[in-house]
Amino acid sequence: MAIKIEMPKLSDTMEEGVIAKWNVKEGDKISAGDIIAEVETDKATMDVEAFDDGTLLKIIPQEGDAVPLGGLIAVIGEEGEDISDILDGEGGSSESSSSDDSEKENSDKKEAKSEDKEEKSEESKSEAKSEKNTESSSDDGRVKASPLAKKMAEDKGIDISSVKGSGPEGRIVKKDIEDFKEGSSSGSGLSKPSSSTAASKSFESLESKEVKVSQMRKVIARRLSESKFTNPHFYETIDIDMKAAMAARSSMNEANDVKISFNDIVVKACAIALTRHQAVNSSWHDDIIKEHGDVHVAVAVAIDEGLMTPVITHADKKGLSEISSETRELAGLARDRKLQPEQMEGSTFTISNLGMFGIEEFTAIINPPNACILAVGAIRDVPVVEDGAIVPGKRMKVTLSSDHRIVDGAKAAQFLNTVKNLLENPLSMLL
Amino acid sequence: MAELQFREAIKAAIDEEMAKDEKVLVMGEEVAEYNGAYKTTEGLLDKYGYKRVIDTPISELGFAGIGVGAAMNGLRPIVEFMTFNFAVLAADQIINHASKVKYMTGGQINCPIVFRGPNASAGQLGATHSVAYDSMYAHFPGLKVIYTSEPDDAKGLLKSAIRDDNPVLFMESEQMYGLKGEVSDEEDYIIPIGKGKIKREGSDVTLVAHGKMYHLAVKAAEQLAKDGVECEIIDPRTVKPLDLPMIIESIKKTNRCVLLDEAHPFGGLAAEVGFLIQREAFDYLDAPVQRVTLPDVCAPFAKNLFDLWYPSVKQVVDAVNQVTYRN
Repeated sequence: MAIKIEMPKLSDTMEEGVIAKWNVKEGDKISAGDIIAEVETDKATMDVEAFDDGTLLKIIPQEGDAVPLGGLIAVIGEEGEDISDILDGEGGSSESSSSDDSEKENSDKKEAKSEDKEEKSEESKSEAKSEKNTESSSDDGRVKASPLAKKMAEDKGIDISSVKGSGPEGRIVKKDIEDFKEGSSSGSGLSKPSSSTAASKSFESLESKEVKVSQMRKVIARRLSESKFTNPHFYETIDIDMKAAMAARSSMNEANDVKISFNDIVVKACAIALTRHQAVNSSWHDDIIKEHGDVHVAVAVAIDEGLMTPVITHADKKGLSEISSETRELAGLARDRKLQPEQMEGSTFTISNLGMFGIEEFTAIINPPNACILAVGAIRDVPVVEDGAIVPGKRMKVTLSSDHRIVDGAKAAQFLNTVKNLLENPLSMLL
Repeated sequence: MAELQFREAIKAAIDEEMAKDEKVLVMGEEVAEYNGAYKTTEGLLDKYGYKRVIDTPISELGFAGIGVGAAMNGLRPIVEFMTFNFAVLAADQIINHASKVKYMTGGQINCPIVFRGPNASAGQLGATHSVAYDSMYAHFPGLKVIYTSEPDDAKGLLKSAIRDDNPVLFMESEQMYGLKGEVSDEEDYIIPIGKGKIKREGSDVTLVAHGKMYHLAVKAAEQLAKDGVECEIIDPRTVKPLDLPMIIESIKKTNRCVLLDEAHPFGGLAAEVGFLIQREAFDYLDAPVQRVTLPDVCAPFAKNLFDLWYPSVKQVVDAVNQVTYRN
């Protein structure tokens, strides 16, 4: 009997997947456990595993096509088997072959998504463990490319995993990079225009073009619009004296192998403050407000194609070195698009820091289902008045965006004051 | 420019250096009365006499030892072997004495000697007369090794070898002595040891070929050019010290390389050069470096087997097709 292979849910927020690569073709014999395709989700490129033995009778979407969750992507069965029923069903109303009940269940599940967040993240955790996260275009998890091709791709800003190799065993060679056209990749649309194509370096003119929206950008667009248009945001800014924190940081870094950044100190201060202001560490669920018992702080990391928010779990219970090394590791994984779904899930609060760009202050959009997000600005040299005299000072502005459904102005202000006190008296973080 | 045979270019180099420096002498089997087994010393006995052009018994270890002793005492001997296959008998003098005396005396004693003669296969001569020794001698510190492909290179480099204060192995080929080529008639024409030459420019693949293999590379390049593949041919001329920068520069341009070596593959010159290329030009390679060598088998005598054994144009073309992904 023919078995349908459907688009699996490969990440918590995934609603559709783009077929990045088929590893098999129609007529191939496949066994349970074979990696038959690679799918680009909103977060990473992931393997699709077959759970049954048989002959691959039909491939529905081509490479580059987007398929919604549960959509039919392939059919396996016995060679020569008639699968026209299944295919007809697919062509007609979507998922007509599944019973009404299960269809209803599916849509219920989708709607109830935010409610049973905890439960589902458990599910996807176990899924993620059985699936290998890979960016490669080859069977064994490696991109095979000549050293020259790798270097050329890097120089031209081409994501080598989106190039198809023409050499032996799919090796990507010079010619493949030279022939690589923008947008010929499997829908990721992330290649930058090559600077070497422009004739004149000093008077380069920009070309108008259409860039396909990547999965990641779609998710950013959807989630942030949803957040900004649904959650009643309000903003509070506080100016913090960073002199003591700077001194503490330099003396810690002299003694420590792991270099602590200001962001790490802010993460730690917020984590401690969150334990004292549980309202800020909450989520809105229409009938109830969940006040979380654990403090999981997400840190926004900018990457080429967008941004990711890896999560430092139990940040309140971690030391600065641990926060520092963990942040560094997760940020590295984020840049390589190798974050596992469970490393991006379960945050209760988010911090976004643009201080390194010299931004004095800004307002951030709340990262659902968090109640608040803290936007951190640069540390500035400013004249301050101390004991009636003007002296040089170090100041940093932070802005808290809060969801007014959960957090009121006074509560947000109290939280910010705790953060300010902790940063101005770093030793008190030890209490 | 004068057109000379290979043997005439060698004779001219020796003659010029003997005329210039009376410490230069020639010794070996049949070099004097018979004018040289390959006529590379023709007329030198008449010109310079018995003291400087010396016939030796058939005793390679003996006359190589006399040469090393003479060099240590300030003369500049050119020791001819009828082939480097016979120089194996003199290997103790070359490897254990000539190469090491300067080192073991803390630089007090030089050994300015040239060992020269034909190297490698020269057709159906059987297993013991067909070995290429250049990479073996290049293995030893203290020895310089030259194996040229054309008369012009031979003249300029042999003169450099005779003037060099270190032992130099200068290799030729029975099959190339009659080869004609333009030779510079510049007075006192010298080519520095360790400088290669780009003998054909091309953009698609770098062929590194010295000695007789150079001529194989030329034929392969001509054939490949008809298919639109442009080979760059580098003749390193000196095996050691090797002109690695020239090879690397070329590979940075072509991104592909095929090495031609008349020796067996294991631990041979092609193996060493291949290693150096991957280390120095890793990011520029678009394909693994390939090599065309003898197989790991002694030279067969039978014609049909010999033809299979010796590197062919087809093998070179196949290797180029492989590195350019044309197969």
